[in-house]
Amino acid sequence: MLTILYDGIAYGMLLFVLACGLSVTLGLMNFINLAHGAFAMAGGYCTVFLVNRLGLPFALGLPIAFLVTALIGGLFERTLYVHVYARSHLDQVLFTIGLVFMSVAAVDYTMGSSQQFVQIPEALQGQFEVDGIGMGKYRLLIIVICGLLTVALQLILAKTRFGSRLRAAVDDQRVARGLGINVGAVFGITFAFGSGLAGLGGALGAEILGLDPTFPLKYMIYFLIVVTVGGTSSITGPFFASILLGIGDVAGKYYVPKLGAFVIYAIMIIVLIWRPQGLFARGAAR
Amino acid sequence: MTANADEVARYLKRRARWSPFEIAFWIFAFATIWLFPGKYLILKDTAILALFALSLDLILGYAGIISLGQAAFFGFAGYFAGLVAKYGIINEPVIALVCSGLIAAALGFVTSFLVLRGSDLTRLMVTLGVSLMLGELANRYSNITGGADGLQGVEIEPVLGRFRFDLFGHNGYVYCLIVLFICFVIARRIIYSPFGLSLRSIKGNTLRAAAIGVPVKWRLVAIYTVSAGLAGIAGALLTQTTAFCSLDVFSLERSADLLLVLIIGGTGYLYGGLIGAVIYKFLQDWLSNLTPQYWQFWIGLVLVVIVLIGRERMAGWVRIVRSLLVRLGTWLMPRLPALGGAAPDGR
Amino acid sequence: MSETMPKTTPILQTIGLEKRFGGILAAQNVNLAVEPGARHALIGPNGAGKTTVINLLTGVLRPTAGRIELEGRDITSLLPHQRVRLGIARTFQINQLFLDLTPLESIGLVVSERLGSGADWWRLVGTKSAVTDEIVEIVERFRLADVMHERTAILPYGKQRLLEIALAFACRPRVLLLDEPAAGVPEAERHELLATIEALPKDVTVLLIEHDMDLVFSFAERISVLVNGALFVDGAPDEVARDPRVKAVYLGEELSA
Repeated sequence: MLTILYDGIAYGMLLFVLACGLSVTLGLMNFINLAHGAFAMAGGYCTVFLVNRLGLPFALGLPIAFLVTALIGGLFERTLYVHVYARSHLDQVLFTIGLVFMSVAAVDYTMGSSQQFVQIPEALQGQFEVDGIGMGKYRLLIIVICGLLTVALQLILAKTRFGSRLRAAVDDQRVARGLGINVGAVFGITFAFGSGLAGLGGALGAEILGLDPTFPLKYMIYFLIVVTVGGTSSITGPFFASILLGIGDVAGKYYVPKLGAFVIYAIMIIVLIWRPQGLFARGAAR
Repeated sequence: MTANADEVARYLKRRARWSPFEIAFWIFAFATIWLFPGKYLILKDTAILALFALSLDLILGYAGIISLGQAAFFGFAGYFAGLVAKYGIINEPVIALVCSGLIAAALGFVTSFLVLRGSDLTRLMVTLGVSLMLGELANRYSNITGGADGLQGVEIEPVLGRFRFDLFGHNGYVYCLIVLFICFVIARRIIYSPFGLSLRSIKGNTLRAAAIGVPVKWRLVAIYTVSAGLAGIAGALLTQTTAFCSLDVFSLERSADLLLVLIIGGTGYLYGGLIGAVIYKFLQDWLSNLTPQYWQFWIGLVLVVIVLIGRERMAGWVRIVRSLLVRLGTWLMPRLPALGGAAPDGR
Repeated sequence: MSETMPKTTPILQTIGLEKRFGGILAAQNVNLAVEPGARHALIGPNGAGKTTVINLLTGVLRPTAGRIELEGRDITSLLPHQRVRLGIARTFQINQLFLDLTPLESIGLVVSERLGSGADWWRLVGTKSAVTDEIVEIVERFRLADVMHERTAILPYGKQRLLEIALAFACRPRVLLLDEPAAGVPEAERHELLATIEALPKDVTVLLIEHDMDLVFSFAERISVLVNGALFVDGAPDEVARDPRVKAVYLGEELSA
């Protein structure tokens, strides 16, 4: 029972790091980015390449994965995404689904279709016991890293100048522009950063989520659940949504393994019917 | 310039008239039965895809609902058609097909209440969620559905007790084509009816549509139900002509591909789905010969490029070609009032 | 104010109407009474809550308190399209048209919805003579005959404004709410629009929400002034024109503008 909770929290925190970038882009530009998972996958494969092929230490692989995906994200944002912001939601869906298809096929072509595993250092493998409950060391690492990241994100948003600009832009783009905030640049940086986080999540999660070319398709719905259920008005909403989703999914797969993700989808639909703005949204902002 | 009732009636009906282009399209479609005897399998798949895309066009092109879950109805009816045939509940394919459509429509009716709330993103999620849930259910009850192995041992009786599905797919293709045509005529009738006009108004300006007394919600429920029914018929056709049904009928890729089909052909003029299906199948055939494993890459590229160029610009191009064809048609067939249907009825 | 109060029962009445957005009172204790067949104007400075009142009357917004009655019947909880059926139609300050339809199709849509054949899916558009006859009448009344086959999106602004009113009129309302009908219409097309409004049949009650004082005083028989979400003054045009408080409000607005 507690193991489920523990695994669920680790899983949920991972989902949060993966999806929080998506939540900000959706909230900021009202942009539906179905290709977010592709960036996560990029981070995962980047780590596999660095650690397994080049033999870099795992601890170095993670930050590089973050940087590389952030770079890719920023590049895509400046060259491709900027053209699609003002378009209809349908166009955004088509465009990003197209990117997903391309990334799936491209990774399949370059890295093969089989599942990849990152070589994790010995020290992080295995379990330790607290009160007779087995807890994976690697999952503890995930919880620690993701927890620190969450706190850091919260601080950045709350305390820094960039954070206040970002919040202003999310609240009201026009007013923010009037105040002399370069919304385009804010969005570019946020997009890159969010992609980087997704990449880091993909690298960390390769062990738990599995990493193969269909990753962006498989987890797309999970990211979207986090964002729609959590709402886009803060990062605490998606955070709690991620934790709930993580625990729910792990518990569901443990207790009713045959139903698979059915429970999650059902809960998602109920929440969306009940509160279309998200479970943790502050009233109807828009 | 003044208006008079006859003229107004004629102008209103003008849109609904079968244009020479349409007539030529269907003559060619049926001619393929004799023109390409070796290609029945791909032609049959194209006809089914066209019907499926037509169903999406009804809600996307005419009511503005973005759906990533049209596969729910396709798959649901597909399994239904497979199961009734396998267990001999309904043996005659045409009756089974109609029942499959009805049951998919019923599912559409029920889920429409979930879908018609909230923003585009919520709709996207709910439609997708419904189809994924059905997929999980089909996987869970593998004793009934065959699970990951697919539904096997389906025996389909001859259509109308006479036309058996042959190995070459001839009867299967003719069957699909006729069903497609009938469904198309029904959809066309709906679109050019007052009901169809009200849908266009909802898509154009929902606020005003409500302000002039259109019951927006019920119209959307109705078209969503019809659309689900057509998608269901498409799914049932696939099961009947292949005597097989597998879990991938519910997959996200199927819904996403469907969007692509419709986008290639263009939305909101009924032929988009049909033309899109032909182009898509052709592309798929060609690309998968070129790069067997990675044709999905090219499909993705097509999507990205279409959006970057701009669908409006492409639609504009289509409109130019269409108006040229229409003009050519009216030049070739001067004044055929009989085509427009009877005189305005007395009441 | 009280000596001009007529004795007939109002066709449209609000009782203690209130709308609150968060902490802001957009409408408070609005008691508006519109007489049958009236040419009634609702005026007020920017942000006075005129559009809020219209949205409350037509059911786009739900009031936080109070009631709305149409001919003595409580319609407060009815949906917009239900109110249209009962006889309240409105135009919009900013055109809300069906840009891809022609005026003919737009008006045909409204007429067939009203005659109860809007859900017919088996019959083609334009095959019901009751509908087409009425379309002809409305097209003529609103001087749209020469553009009736054009796409609405490409019509001149004055024609779009006429169509805006025509769509509401085609609902055959008993009460027609006109929300700044002349706003933004160029001088050359203005006369046609005003003449059409003047010529609206007398059995249709008109509630005009307007900024343009020339139009209000040439058209209205009764004027209500709304300030800060509350009814301020209510009376015949000459009374309102003389009222020092109204002058103060409008002068104040002009000074601050």
